[in-house]
Amino acid sequence: MAAKDEGHIERISGPVVNAYLPGARLYDVVRVGEAKLLGEIIKIVGNTSVIQVYEDTSGLRPNEPVESTNQPLSVELGPGILTSIYDGIQRPLAVIEEMAGGVFITRGINAPPLDRKKIWEFKATVKKGAKVKVGDVLGTVQETDLIEHRIMSPHEGKIDDISSGSFTIQDVIGTLSHEGKKYPLTMVQRWFVRKSRPVIEKFPPTIPLITGQRIIDTFFPIAKGGTACIPGPFGSGKTVTQQSLAKYSDTQIVVYIGCGERGNEMTDVLKEFPHLIDPKSGKPLMMRTVLIANTSNMPVAAREASIYTGVTIAEYFRDMGYDVALMADSTSRWAEAMREIGGRLEEMPGEEGYPAYLARRLAEFYERAGRVRCLAGEERYGSVSIIGAVSPPGGDISEPVSQNTLRVTKVFLALDASLAYRRHFPAINWLKSYTLYADGLEEYYSEKVSTDFTKMIKNAMALLQKEAELQEVVQLVGPDALPEKEQAVLMVTKMLREDYLQQNAYSDVDARCELKKQYNMLKTITRFGERTNASLDLGVQLKRISELKVKATIGRMKEIKEEKEFEKLAKDIDASFDDLLKR
Amino acid sequence: MKEYKTITEIAGPLVVVSDVSGVGYNEIVEIMLPNGERRKGQVLDVSKNMAVVQVFGPTAGISTTQTTVRFLGETMRLGLSTEMLGRVFTGLGEPRDKGPRVIPKERVDITGLPINPFSREMPNEFIQTGISTVDAMNTLVRGQKLPIFSGAGLPHNQLTVQIARQAKVRGTGEKFAVVFAAIGITHEEASYFMRDFEKTGALENAVLFLNLADDPSVERIITPRLALTTAEYLAYEQGMHVLTLITDMTNYCEALREISSARQEVPGRRGYPGYMYTDLSTIYERAGKVKGSKGSVTQIPVLTMPGDDKTHPIPDLTGYITEGQILLSRDLHRKNIYPPVDPLPSLSRLMNSGIGDKKTREDHKGVSDQLYAGYANGRDLRSLSAVVGEEALSATDRRYLRLADEFEKRFVQQGPYENRDIEVTLDLGWELLSLLPEEELKRVKREHIPKYMKKKYTL
Repeated sequence: MAAKDEGHIERISGPVVNAYLPGARLYDVVRVGEAKLLGEIIKIVGNTSVIQVYEDTSGLRPNEPVESTNQPLSVELGPGILTSIYDGIQRPLAVIEEMAGGVFITRGINAPPLDRKKIWEFKATVKKGAKVKVGDVLGTVQETDLIEHRIMSPHEGKIDDISSGSFTIQDVIGTLSHEGKKYPLTMVQRWFVRKSRPVIEKFPPTIPLITGQRIIDTFFPIAKGGTACIPGPFGSGKTVTQQSLAKYSDTQIVVYIGCGERGNEMTDVLKEFPHLIDPKSGKPLMMRTVLIANTSNMPVAAREASIYTGVTIAEYFRDMGYDVALMADSTSRWAEAMREIGGRLEEMPGEEGYPAYLARRLAEFYERAGRVRCLAGEERYGSVSIIGAVSPPGGDISEPVSQNTLRVTKVFLALDASLAYRRHFPAINWLKSYTLYADGLEEYYSEKVSTDFTKMIKNAMALLQKEAELQEVVQLVGPDALPEKEQAVLMVTKMLREDYLQQNAYSDVDARCELKKQYNMLKTITRFGERTNASLDLGVQLKRISELKVKATIGRMKEIKEEKEFEKLAKDIDASFDDLLKR
Repeated sequence: MKEYKTITEIAGPLVVVSDVSGVGYNEIVEIMLPNGERRKGQVLDVSKNMAVVQVFGPTAGISTTQTTVRFLGETMRLGLSTEMLGRVFTGLGEPRDKGPRVIPKERVDITGLPINPFSREMPNEFIQTGISTVDAMNTLVRGQKLPIFSGAGLPHNQLTVQIARQAKVRGTGEKFAVVFAAIGITHEEASYFMRDFEKTGALENAVLFLNLADDPSVERIITPRLALTTAEYLAYEQGMHVLTLITDMTNYCEALREISSARQEVPGRRGYPGYMYTDLSTIYERAGKVKGSKGSVTQIPVLTMPGDDKTHPIPDLTGYITEGQILLSRDLHRKNIYPPVDPLPSLSRLMNSGIGDKKTREDHKGVSDQLYAGYANGRDLRSLSAVVGEEALSATDRRYLRLADEFEKRFVQQGPYENRDIEVTLDLGWELLSLLPEEELKRVKREHIPKYMKKKYTL
């Protein structure tokens, strides 16, 4: 190796190391010290490189060697990613456990992200002599029972030869020539994590990401390729909401980033996902999942990288033509990692000590979402939807991370601690949340569900808003002072809150609710509300209505499995009211 | 070993040593004062010829000319052995009782290494604390970290001691070893803990690290790490179930701020350093259960919220790392209710994995959720009834009001030596729920109502 690629340590301060390393390039990965700790150059002043080290720097001394790999921080992409569990810099945690020979992550450990020895069945889909563009599918590998891994061409050119068969990821599966140069083809490629993978075109959001969560799908839908943020104080259910979305949303691939979060919570995900069954295929959900776990006590620089590692993997699967959901829990921890490193670099801080480039970094990250036509000669579409959790200090969203996130995301799911206290889950506040995708998705809803769905949703939301106003009056004078019509509003909204918005993530039947069932449930409540109003006009006392037995049946409609039962319930409601009117 | 007499700067707890070479980051140093006294310190920042050392202890008496600094060539380590059980140590790990020095079986770096998330086991064994509000509504499980958020003047010490005394996993004869770290608490408080440990015989199975209010504040950075290193040793090497009590984390954070400001770092919120979250996580995350080991580390840190403010950086950052919190309420304390645990803002994130059929009882979750919802509703109605009067409320609402009152008096309230089995607690819960009309009981399974609601509540 040339002399210019080696240097030595000059100064150590926490995770930041200064090294004499002439000729180094910004963002190249380096090996620091005798322990060969992994680091990345984040600043260069003259011959001194400032390095953020991804491992604990205790015991490092000045004058220890520093070596550049002359490569930027990148991820390895190929068969074997799915079902893996990585740390923030794509080290496979299962392999690390074996290498470390214990439960702790020892320093200087390094393992290739993808299994070098595993044999995959490669099926070529292009023929010898075919002309391919960058991104064209060369062949496929059945990576898991659920997902077919499409091997995409890293170059443009003519296929000289290609063969199906059993290969490891490093074996040459064929060759390609372009302008007189020959390129060997393998099933693995690398991509620089800080740069987004190119696409041909991005499309406006018109297809909803069906999450199976009533409050989201009905009132605050997210589009495929869209962005959403979930801010909330601790204990309001951010993680449970994120996990529900990961489990039940209708995407083919899920990338879940545990960024600076709790170890035991990651274990919960790690233990639960392999046992969760994909409702469509009957196979474990893990088969379509990539987990990135960089818990809060793991090195802070790797936490900073974890978000990029995750989104790059998500883009890779998008490019194969899949719909990908990326969960980032939590982006606040990511921002704090930037702050911490910025502080060590003695950068001039912006608001609340965060670096001045916080807003740009957040925007860049969310901008990597989208529904796209993938880069390829052939026509292929995929999407990455990003759902980021934000953990604002004290639950106050006026802080910089929340505010800068709100500026770039289109759906805001406001978690509310007071709802969580009364065990109203998901604790999403329906008055504070919003979505900017509703208009774009209206057509889909009326085509695929029912033409009156949107109108019903708007009416229900109007009632909930009315309830908030009425509650203020009730606080002053008590509920009995309200006119019966308004008391009826309170009765119906209570039904909406308890029997519709609340959803039990731990119930087998209720954890995921299909759009059609959502429609039926909302229709049931709407019907009850309309009949109530009509009956009051005809002089029936509200007290009589509130004593109706059918109310209890509505209260248990979450457990309904078949559509027929909703028809029966509708008849029951009509019968009950007809009966009231007769008396 | 390298010795230097080249101190060039002394500021607060920090000392700058020049013309050094080969010094490692986080290395431990020994400082010898002109009068022969020795103090320890740690390297915080090192460059080619200069090291910044943080001194554990006062910097009074250190001079730039007559003080020798010796770099020990290793990071802070603690000698470990099972002989430590039953002993009391200082905040730096020196014997504090009159016993002999411990002969270590192994010496371990106190910063600890992060547990591989892949190697963790999900905590799911129910720990019965005998306290209804904890067991029924904020269940503690083995390997969890569940802090107590308290305020000045609230009985968190009594509660901590009661938990340490009563905690057990039912059906097993296994006992907890207790590791207790006192950070900056007063002599009086420390002796309260000691007395209670002695009285109940818990001391035999306990290791105590005491950094008291008049001990140097920089030591406070070390004390919890010593305690957790010991806890990890007992748990993962010796297969014991260790309950780690740390009080008071607020003092730890104050020490962190003090050092940060001495280092002239850019302050984050309220002057606390920007890396406080990461720093706290390296303490709290050292709880858990791991593959291939019988033992576990359960943590109950205590912190006093300045001004009872839950959004203050200390409780806030803690809450984001720990798996829930037990919040003590001044209102309940004023009503003379012990333990004044307010269940509404309290939370145990691992509760669902530790309860249910075969672990506690099949109706546990339903009862807990129903009590939560009922008590929350009753509390809301209290403010309403204060305005409009109880008579203006509907009959159902009046029942909720009654539930909230009786819940506090019967369920929350219990004696400091009252140890309630989970069945007693749940039965009591059902009894209280009988105050509500049956159609309001939406959170419990319908079939559980006739099965468990044996006794109607009598006022």
